[in-house]
Amino acid sequence: MYGWEFPPFKSGGLGTACHDLTKGLSSFDSKVVFVMPVKPGSKAEFVELVGVDTKEIESMLTAYAQPGDDDVYSWNLFGEVARYARFAGKLAKKFKHDVIHAHDWMTYGAGIIAKKLSGKPLVVHLHATEFDRTANNPDPHIKFLERRGLEEADVIITNSNFSKNNIIKNYDVPAEKIKVVYWGIDQSSPDFELNFKSELSKTHKIVLFLGRLTVQKGCDYFLQAAKKVLELEKNTKFIIVGSGTMMPELVSLAHKLGIDEHVIFTGALKGADVHKAFQMADVFVMPSVSEPFGLVALESMRNKTPLIISKQSGASEVIKNCFKLDFWDVDKMTCDIVSILRYPSLKHELKQNGFKEVLHHDIFKPAKEVLDIYKEVRGDS
Amino acid sequence: MKGVCFYFQVHQPYRIRKDFSVFDIGRKKDYFDIAKNSQVLKKVSEKCYLPANKILLDSLAKHEDFKVAFSVTGSIFEQFQEHAPNVLKSFSDLASTGGVEFLAETYNHSLSFLFDKEEFQFQIAEHKKLMKSFFNQKSKIFRNTELIYSNDLAKFVEKLGFKAILAEGAGKILEWRSPNHVYKAKDCDVKLLLKNYKLSDDVAFRFSQQSWEGWPLTAEKYADWINASGGEFVNLFLDYETFGEHQWQDTGIFDFLAALPGELKNKGLTFFKPSELLKFKPKAVLDFKEPVSWADTERDTSAWLGNDLQRSAAALLYRIKGAVLRSNNKQLIDSWRKLTTSDHFYYMCTKWFNDGDVHKYFNPYDTPYEGYVAFMNVLNDIIHRVKDTKGLKMDKPSIKQKRGV
Repeated sequence: MYGWEFPPFKSGGLGTACHDLTKGLSSFDSKVVFVMPVKPGSKAEFVELVGVDTKEIESMLTAYAQPGDDDVYSWNLFGEVARYARFAGKLAKKFKHDVIHAHDWMTYGAGIIAKKLSGKPLVVHLHATEFDRTANNPDPHIKFLERRGLEEADVIITNSNFSKNNIIKNYDVPAEKIKVVYWGIDQSSPDFELNFKSELSKTHKIVLFLGRLTVQKGCDYFLQAAKKVLELEKNTKFIIVGSGTMMPELVSLAHKLGIDEHVIFTGALKGADVHKAFQMADVFVMPSVSEPFGLVALESMRNKTPLIISKQSGASEVIKNCFKLDFWDVDKMTCDIVSILRYPSLKHELKQNGFKEVLHHDIFKPAKEVLDIYKEVRGDS
Repeated sequence: MKGVCFYFQVHQPYRIRKDFSVFDIGRKKDYFDIAKNSQVLKKVSEKCYLPANKILLDSLAKHEDFKVAFSVTGSIFEQFQEHAPNVLKSFSDLASTGGVEFLAETYNHSLSFLFDKEEFQFQIAEHKKLMKSFFNQKSKIFRNTELIYSNDLAKFVEKLGFKAILAEGAGKILEWRSPNHVYKAKDCDVKLLLKNYKLSDDVAFRFSQQSWEGWPLTAEKYADWINASGGEFVNLFLDYETFGEHQWQDTGIFDFLAALPGELKNKGLTFFKPSELLKFKPKAVLDFKEPVSWADTERDTSAWLGNDLQRSAAALLYRIKGAVLRSNNKQLIDSWRKLTTSDHFYYMCTKWFNDGDVHKYFNPYDTPYEGYVAFMNVLNDIIHRVKDTKGLKMDKPSIKQKRGV
């Protein structure tokens, strides 16, 4: 299995997804070798982690990603991706395997090389397309790599029908080649039970945004709604957790809206701090413009935090106990936030029912479905 | 001679505008979705009320002893007046045959008995006036919203002059007894007319269910079952929308309805109006300590008051009654009464939401949460509009309102 992120090295949901999938697969006695672009930062008993050194700079490709505090996606990303493909792909000769599984465009090259070397079927997993990440302004090179992976794949797995339709629309892939596996979360983390209470919530209601600060995640709509919420509910703080290229723009937007004193940018948080952020919030908003799934939605429910999500997300296909809206519908976002802040009964029911519901979305169900896809692609179903 | 007693519930609520948002509070926006309500009413009239009324009218002409009863709420009556006066005309034609009885209930199809007895009494009186003026009928038989019944209700309506109440023939109350007899309420002289839920639900829910062993249900087969079910009579209590709406025309439901009276007569059965059942002697006293309804497998009030959304919304609604009445604003008082209709609380029910069950005929909302928010926004607009807000408080954090009685 080829992946770009694995905890503790991650910048978004992809690392968590890879961790949870390998853990889920191991519960069905599948052996997974996980090849990543850095030296593994942790040990996991359910998976063999192999690091490939990609940091050696040998060619200066385009400076795609801007320098930021992302520790995984550096400024010479394409160089690393190309190196990773060569070195990681060759590992196919070293490790015996039945299926090759590659997560997102960074690893498709490695998957394709591995398939050429071993002749084993290639499963390409699409957590987000370049169209999702950029709100339909794809980088041509990434688009090219993504397309190649989808074409070379024997089967494509994606996280929702929303994502499946985007793939068909943007890459003209036949629908029957794409399988939808809805994602779940690892329910075993002790951090869900922290029951964290912040000092801030004694005096203020808290509305949370959590995600990469990129155009894909729709944080600007969150701020527009914040402005309107404050006109109705003054004692409210808006916490924005995450980092990304859009941060300066968001800070200045908060200033322009005249709400900077009510908005707190925390930067990216890790581990238990993420759960604390959920637990102290009265409501979590995921206003993504284009979200193939949106694991944070499940994490919010698991932390008993009421949830508002955009209909432009895969999670909205499976989750019931939440508010759903179009990401651009700032008025409805405002109304839903204010309603949750104002009506304790509403908050209570969303919490309770959301929690009960999310317990059904564990990591074993998707792992089983992926395993069935492996069997099918190997022809022994 | 053994007989059958048909009673059909005829009701539609005034649905709230689902776009009544927090921004609209204090902006003098209409509360009710006129377009949606008239659209639903016209659709159901075409698909159900008009064709079913026509069939019943034909049966009344054809079979001298055929009889049916209706309970028509004030809520739907007003909407008929406005959007489908031809339906009222057809009910009036039915009334003039002499074979049709119109039962008493709360004008607004409300849960007021559980919250405010004074309001409950008022709404019954309003409904009584309506039935008297339009159908020239004054029923001695009461049916409460959603067939919710408990001992207290019998004692209360006895004082209002009612002789009998309709109730669900719930297994948990009847145990081994048959619903096909008259029973007596506990500690008063009110008689109980119990729904035979098995036979009623065969039509209401199972008629078109191909996996059901009784499918396809013919009028002849059904008449056989009724004949074989013992007792002095069989009470078939149904939502009128069963005909043509819950069971579509192509299931054969109308042919079934048309053929049924003849088939029942072939078996030597006759027909009773609910008031004609008063002549039977009660078999036993039944003790309904907790409210029993005709909804879901629980047969309790949890479909309307089972979660905090419903309980907090209902509590606030009844808490502001005094202030609303004191405002002397006729339109505001009328709107408040429309909000007492049970359907608004039904839309906030979460218990089947997770099962993806289809309990949602004409439910305008995607989720119970949306239903709650629209309702609360409207309530808050009312609070904003009444000048006297003494003693009014918003939703409190911990809701431990008494459930029901």
